[in-house]
Amino acid sequence: MTASPETVRKVLMCPPIHYDLKYEINPWMHLENSPDTSLAAKQWHTLHQTLADEIGAEVFLLEQAADCPDMVFTANAGLIRGNTALLASFRHPQRQTEEPHFRAWFEARGYQVQTAPEGCRFEGEGDALFVGDTLAAGYLKRSDICSHNWMANTLGVETLSLELVDDRWYHLDTCLCPLTADTVAYYPGAFDEYARTVIASHFKTLEVCEEEALRFACNAVVLGSQIALPSGCPRFCEELQKLGFTPHSVEMSEFLKAGGAAKCLTLLVP
Amino acid sequence: MPSEIVHLEGHIIDSLTLSKVLDMILREGGEYHIQNFVMGATRSDASHADIEISAPDAAALERILHSTQQHGVQRPTGEVHLEPAPANGVLPEGFYATTNLPTRIRLNGVWQAVENIEMDCAVVALPNKPPRCAPMHRVLKGDPVVVGDTGVHVTPVERRAPDDVFSFMGSEVSTERPKELVVTAIAQAMQEARAAKQRILFVGGPAILHTGAGRYLEAVIRAGWIDVLFAGNALATHDIERSLFGTSLGVETSTGNAVAHGHENHLRAINTIRACGSIRSAVEQGVLKNGIMHACITHNVQYVLAGSIRDDGPLPDVLTDAVQAQDAMRSHIPGIGVALMVATTLHSVATGNMLPASVRTLCVDSDPDTVIKLMDRGTHQAFGIVTDCEFFLKELAAHLPGANHDGIS
Repeated sequence: MTASPETVRKVLMCPPIHYDLKYEINPWMHLENSPDTSLAAKQWHTLHQTLADEIGAEVFLLEQAADCPDMVFTANAGLIRGNTALLASFRHPQRQTEEPHFRAWFEARGYQVQTAPEGCRFEGEGDALFVGDTLAAGYLKRSDICSHNWMANTLGVETLSLELVDDRWYHLDTCLCPLTADTVAYYPGAFDEYARTVIASHFKTLEVCEEEALRFACNAVVLGSQIALPSGCPRFCEELQKLGFTPHSVEMSEFLKAGGAAKCLTLLVP
Repeated sequence: MPSEIVHLEGHIIDSLTLSKVLDMILREGGEYHIQNFVMGATRSDASHADIEISAPDAAALERILHSTQQHGVQRPTGEVHLEPAPANGVLPEGFYATTNLPTRIRLNGVWQAVENIEMDCAVVALPNKPPRCAPMHRVLKGDPVVVGDTGVHVTPVERRAPDDVFSFMGSEVSTERPKELVVTAIAQAMQEARAAKQRILFVGGPAILHTGAGRYLEAVIRAGWIDVLFAGNALATHDIERSLFGTSLGVETSTGNAVAHGHENHLRAINTIRACGSIRSAVEQGVLKNGIMHACITHNVQYVLAGSIRDDGPLPDVLTDAVQAQDAMRSHIPGIGVALMVATTLHSVATGNMLPASVRTLCVDSDPDTVIKLMDRGTHQAFGIVTDCEFFLKELAAHLPGANHDGIS
């Protein structure tokens, strides 16, 4: 297992000009524990700088709408494959207002935008991550399993359905991180036993400990051998280095208050 | 036990979703039966499964359906559409035409089995009665008839278990089959049917008499192995001819010699029975003393003799109205577990049309065409052996307890 040089080099981010905590839709959010917005802006800029300058990724920017405090989490905008963008259909009404903004960006970029069948919830890369050509897909907390069939049929890819069982890891990208075409880092405790079996039988795995999983170690942006991840995950960083990756730790404390970190702030644009 | 047929699709094998759903059903006290499964042909193709979930009561079923739904289990939504028959013997436009496979319809949110399923009929669902399969001519004006195929579920015939006595035969007609093995298998199937309290149907043609195999069939009947006999005027006539004159079509069955004026014997046989009033009367009057028909009367075997356009006589027991004959045959089908069709094309096809696909059906004929015709007309469950009926019946009698010694005249 070694870091692979070829990979995504473009990402979409959304500067946190209206980022705030206005509601509680996951166990990390507490209205009395609001993020420090100026500190959040600094952390976001550090991440942006890490991706754009240190790693050399091309970063597209999308302007945040005033009524969409969570729009900074662009990973949830959808999933891009080829010329197709699968647009999110958010579970919570609080985030559904983000959908037209993400749709507009996809359309402006020339993607064929597809939406999930009526009543089928899908939260983009939050619950759908490619591991090579296989799509690992989370469900139950946010996305519905029906979105997996829709993705599989629309994109013509094998889709593995993985049940999430712990509210703290409510999206797949909070507890599983594809490292290479056949390797993932993951926190087993976030999955049911069937999903753990599926992951272990399909991929080479690197297990993340609970302490660092709670720091959202898996919410990392992997661009070839370069990985931007939340700070406070020394053991994970050490393991990554052994495998030939270069970890870039970024403090994400103000975004963790909303249940997000580096990957949530980044949509891969292949 | 209440049940529901659900659909599951996707990469349900690799994702272990199918295993998970089946485990959940069992864990929550239900049972499952996978009725249909199509495996994705390539890595990116989805697999599909139709699963029947049953539970001890409606509340338990609802619990299982609710908990499995979030793992992708889809409940059916469509109900059958019923339309009244416009006139006696006339079906509404677009009526659902049945197969011979187990069929259920979804009505008022409940799956209900269609009774007396047979191919090429309609389904009538009268209020507060189980839905039933109805031949066109039996439908009455105003009967609610299923139209279209929404809300209709057909269960494919299960592949036979490897230890099933029939499993080695498949269902292709072949002259290459080891015939003794087939006879052993059918004898075992008949014994299994008996053990399961199922009935055994025999459909036969006159070649059984012409080849001198009548005595073996008679022995099998006397030993109690046949419950129902379907035949035409000819089988009964030549059997009675043999009984009264010792000939079949004028040929002495014991010597193979043609006797003088023997070609008249079958007419005289028919005339004798007509004079008695019926085959039963002939037996009761002591006129008919042995043979297949005698065995049927004395061993309480039901029989239907269906006439045809070229019949001599016919015997008074023969039903000359084809539709009436079909209905008479139909009335004997429920409970049949094994059907043997020997040396007759028309009666085999007519019977095949009425048999549910679950009936183990063996067709024996010296002409491969007979078996092919039977299967071409939809009796796919039939398997055939191409052989002389005398060999078959002799071997069968030898393999069945009670039929392999005395009583063979």
